[in-house]
Amino acid sequence: MDALNTIWSTFFDLDAMLKALPELLTVGLPNTLILALSSGVLGTVLGMLLAVAGLSRHRWLRWPARVYTDVLRGLPAAVTILLIGVGFAPLGLLVWGPNPYPLGILALGLIASAYIGEIFRSGIQSIDKGQTEAARAIGFSGGAAMRLVVIPQGVRRVLPALVNQFIALIKDSSLIYFLGLLASQRELFRIGQDAAANTGNQSALVLAGLFYLVITIPLTHVVNAIDKRLREGRRVDAVDPDADDFDTEMQAAGLLAAAPAADAAGTEGEAR
Amino acid sequence: MSFENAAAHGHGHGVSVATRGIRLAFGSNQVLRGVDLDVPAGTVACVIGPSGSGKSTLLRTVNRLIEPDSGDVLLDGRSVLKDSPDQLRQRVGMVFQHFNLFPHKTVRQNITLGLTRLKGLSKDEAAERARQELDRVGLAHKADVRPSHLSGGQQQRVAIARALAMDPEVMLFDESTSALDPELVKGVLATMAELAAEGMTMLVVTHEMGFARSVSQQVLFMDRGSVVEAGAPEQIFETPASTRLQRFLSQVL
Repeated sequence: MDALNTIWSTFFDLDAMLKALPELLTVGLPNTLILALSSGVLGTVLGMLLAVAGLSRHRWLRWPARVYTDVLRGLPAAVTILLIGVGFAPLGLLVWGPNPYPLGILALGLIASAYIGEIFRSGIQSIDKGQTEAARAIGFSGGAAMRLVVIPQGVRRVLPALVNQFIALIKDSSLIYFLGLLASQRELFRIGQDAAANTGNQSALVLAGLFYLVITIPLTHVVNAIDKRLREGRRVDAVDPDADDFDTEMQAAGLLAAAPAADAAGTEGEAR
Repeated sequence: MSFENAAAHGHGHGVSVATRGIRLAFGSNQVLRGVDLDVPAGTVACVIGPSGSGKSTLLRTVNRLIEPDSGDVLLDGRSVLKDSPDQLRQRVGMVFQHFNLFPHKTVRQNITLGLTRLKGLSKDEAAERARQELDRVGLAHKADVRPSHLSGGQQQRVAIARALAMDPEVMLFDESTSALDPELVKGVLATMAELAAEGMTMLVVTHEMGFARSVSQQVLFMDRGSVVEAGAPEQIFETPASTRLQRFLSQVL
């Protein structure tokens, strides 16, 4: 009974949790979100460039993309973060002073871009060749066909994988603590760990863990919902009929729906 | 279907299309072995033949979706191989076996995409043009839905409208009814026949012998990368000269 109590108070000490809560909420949570979102944006932009380069007809575009992807996917995240965070620190010092935070974002973004690039590449490659052919037959250049027709469809097909990647980023952002952050820059994990180290009680770390779960578990359900929608077709046809831009299309895809079931299965669109 | 509108916005300005000695090989596989064809302005030529005979490939060399190894393509009597392929394709409409509508866009957007981005029409002009073309094929009420909500026949008619909206001078049809359920074939063929009656120049790869016989002025029989026999439909279907054509017709008719 004593042992149980000890375990309980080690992990679920309410006082210790409440003590850590303000800092987790006001410092840790924003930092984790900033790290994950900004590296996510960086990773998405670079990932799209990598995907297009990886599919290029030109060897001198394809090969660097391939090598980059293999190296960054092959290295443990901790190694990449340390190499970039420490290796580029002198350069960072010149640009933004003694602050490892931007380098952490850079490192996370570069790692993410390798995975996201592969996700985009598979999405683009899954689009039927007839789509490119049809766009080109209308008179679009190869680049315009890619941009207007193939990529928007490919992206929405891989939305679940992209959200998964974002979940991974939220978790990996905890690795930034390697770089030695200022007190105000600490993210969830570091704050929980500091509190745990100071008090010898793990409850703050447990609470930090709960914060991660509160973000990641709903996101996994978002993934499942998008995935289901992709498989079974859209629910309503409420997308702005005049939406014509890539951005609105992306938004529509994210919020509403995407390619119909027949397309997701890779077959030609039959009437449903 | 609104014929008034079709008349007001007809497509009766087809130009002649011709190929000269088109050759193409994929590796050691000779797909086209020197194909000549002549489709006078405003007429319909149907290309028939067994699968793998090079019909669809020939069609794609006309708008240079596939570049021939040698030979020439003439539009209105002028070689187009020196033009930019993108410019050429705006003059040559194409309809595919599997429709290839853009599933992420509405029916209207499928049509306006090329009009706004390539022809420089304003959004309103493009939408109006799309409405006219959809009206022609009897689908104006479907402008706001996605292609996946349409039957195959409707999708193909939208694909035809999409091609016609670009004001092509020649239309290419690549087995445009082969992927359709039998009951949907008729509507698409009717749309094509109407277009032919308006004076569009059409090069049609088809397995619909009835259409070839009743609508076209010329039928070309291809086998193993060559035009084996060409002539008026009566001649091809009633008095086939070559044994290969006779054998083919006995299999399909």
